[in-house]
Amino acid sequence: MKLKLTTLALGALMMAGPAMADLVFPDLSYRTGPYAAGGIPFSDGYNDYFTLINERDGGIGGVKARVVECETGYNTEKGVECYESTKGEGALVYQPLSTGITYQLIPKATADGIPMHTMGYGRTSAANGKVFSNVFNYPANYWDGASGVVNYLLEENAGDIKGKKLALVYHNSAYGKEPIRTLEELSKKHGFELSLLPVDHPGQEQKSQWLQIRRDRPDYVVMWGWGVMNQVGVQEAANIRFPMENFIGVWWSGAEHDVIPAGAKADGYKAITFHNVGRDFPVFDDVQTYVVDKGLAAGAGDQIGNVLYNRGFYAAMLAVEAAKKAQEIHGVADIDAGMMRDGMEALEITQELMTELGMPSFGPSFSVSCENHGGPGLVGMTQWDADTQTWSMISGFNPTDVDVIGALVAEDSASYAAEANIEERCN
Amino acid sequence: MSDQLIFAMEVTLNGLMAGVLYALVALGFVLIYKASGIFNYAQGVMALFAAMTLVGIMNGQVPFSHLINAMFGGHTTHFGWTVPSLVAILMTVGVMVVLAWLVQVLVMKHLVGQEPIILFMATIGLAYFLEGVADLMWGSEIKTLDVGLPQGINLWIDETTFGIFGYGFFIDNLDIVATVIAALLVTGLVLFSQYTKQGRAMRAVADDHQAALSVGISLNFIWVLVWSVAGFVALVAGIMWGTKSGVQFSLSLIALKALPVLMLGGFTSIPGAIVGGLIIGVGEKLFEFLIGPMVGGATENWFAYVLALIFLVFRPQGLFGEKIIERV
Repeated sequence: MKLKLTTLALGALMMAGPAMADLVFPDLSYRTGPYAAGGIPFSDGYNDYFTLINERDGGIGGVKARVVECETGYNTEKGVECYESTKGEGALVYQPLSTGITYQLIPKATADGIPMHTMGYGRTSAANGKVFSNVFNYPANYWDGASGVVNYLLEENAGDIKGKKLALVYHNSAYGKEPIRTLEELSKKHGFELSLLPVDHPGQEQKSQWLQIRRDRPDYVVMWGWGVMNQVGVQEAANIRFPMENFIGVWWSGAEHDVIPAGAKADGYKAITFHNVGRDFPVFDDVQTYVVDKGLAAGAGDQIGNVLYNRGFYAAMLAVEAAKKAQEIHGVADIDAGMMRDGMEALEITQELMTELGMPSFGPSFSVSCENHGGPGLVGMTQWDADTQTWSMISGFNPTDVDVIGALVAEDSASYAAEANIEERCN
Repeated sequence: MSDQLIFAMEVTLNGLMAGVLYALVALGFVLIYKASGIFNYAQGVMALFAAMTLVGIMNGQVPFSHLINAMFGGHTTHFGWTVPSLVAILMTVGVMVVLAWLVQVLVMKHLVGQEPIILFMATIGLAYFLEGVADLMWGSEIKTLDVGLPQGINLWIDETTFGIFGYGFFIDNLDIVATVIAALLVTGLVLFSQYTKQGRAMRAVADDHQAALSVGISLNFIWVLVWSVAGFVALVAGIMWGTKSGVQFSLSLIALKALPVLMLGGFTSIPGAIVGGLIIGVGEKLFEFLIGPMVGGATENWFAYVLALIFLVFRPQGLFGEKIIERV
């Protein structure tokens, strides 16, 4: 009787206990609030990739992955609370999904030894791995985005944009101001005229800025917006009949929901990107079979191929590949956050690997190192077709101005190192 | 005529148009405050809720479909039909009336006689509740709203001003429509409050609740009526702003644009909301045009409040607000 009871108790304990071997990937999502339209597809893509890996491959190196979602509403305080409440679950890597949250978490995550991946947002100078040991922003950062736009314009104008007028319409926040310094440096280098047009949060009212654009007649307008600012910006550009092919957004201003409200008038609008768009990739057939058809999709399954879904999907793929690398380096399947960091620092994404994963040319080829946590900063250009309601890549992933960006990264990271009393590593 | 002056004229005209849009939002606040002394924090969210409901009805969306599908395992999100704009607008008005009744029966009725701050706090709760319900009911994706309103540059004004000044003014067709609708709305509200039995009862309640009750006016009915009218005004504001930016969560933030208008025009005056809106619209646009470039731009949000504060210093009750005389 005693043995039976002990056996029962042990069995119950085993069943009730946590799944010790799960690899935990927190997702600080924002499915509610003013930016939910952007947060939902990203998190759906992020979740669906891990579900695919679990269902199709049996997990990462045989260990199941578990996404722990915590709702931030894109609010910095809630983001920090989410970090604190989920890190104890054995979090391997954080996707803060907000520049504000990223800034708050950099010292915390570094102290806790947990890596963060902030691709296309966050603190740009975190690309300097010598200073930011636990922050990674591969494959591209804001300054790569700004440089990518200028390089694209150089290509469009046979290498000469001297005397051209470029207006930057930006969200009047730390995020929106990110490209200014880079664009100023590049305007000195290439001789184009830069005008700055800040838009106050949330960006519902932009009449003054677009009247000024109508008066000044810049050759190109670059938009660094988010949320409603994007939809209104595209609509106002259409209203003043600004040529859409000369209107370029950053990757946070280039999703379907940014252009659909303006209808046919948004046709030709462009956006810089660091990953591919559309659903024409073999991996999405697997998602359909192993995730959507099984009723396991994070959303309704209708977002596959959309810009932000693909971004979340891509982020998850990079996390999985880094975890595999960590398992390879340390020779164990059940990795911890420190091992994950090592995996991220040794990550190498090649065309062969992406093809093998059913994602050929989904992103640029790149490798990460102790010194360089940002990759080579390759970016491409996408364009909106209002008829088919699709974004498509109109360029490959091209290099950005490493000289200008490298100097800015070094300057900003050095000031952070001095401020936080950080000794450089990788020596 | 100098280019700068011509540009300033264009900016002024656009400021007037923007002011009308601000006034549309402010009107909803005024109506409720005038009749019940409640500062309705939820007015912006009501605009969002109304616009989301309108798009949902037009597109034949199943309300609460995500919730229903999650509970019962289905995949139905749409009924498979679409509803013409006008019919959908009428149906949305019906929904806003039901909402007004629910607000009255479930919330306000139980708070009669409470301090204004309690009533204000109740509307804050209502705002967050409505935000959540709207998301749950219709989803949080951005929705395109097209009720057939024209958008884009008005070519006649462009060509005419070009003929006169050698520079074509930009005026958005949507702003012109908004101006006409706002004029009709204000005329309608004034006629309603002056010449109908319910309108007079509404004014009586606004003047003195006790006296109105003593002559047999139903406070419940009047407050439902007032919240319904405010819901209708919210729908109009939601259509105008939603047509421009798509219907999305940020619509609820348009209330921020109404606050300086209310401070300036007074919380109890319908003409005050209109005039306040126009002053704020023109003031912020001209300031941005003339001073903005010198201080790095993005002055509109804070300047509207500065302008309102300046007026407050000299007329605390606002331009058209009722002066409060406390007798000892």
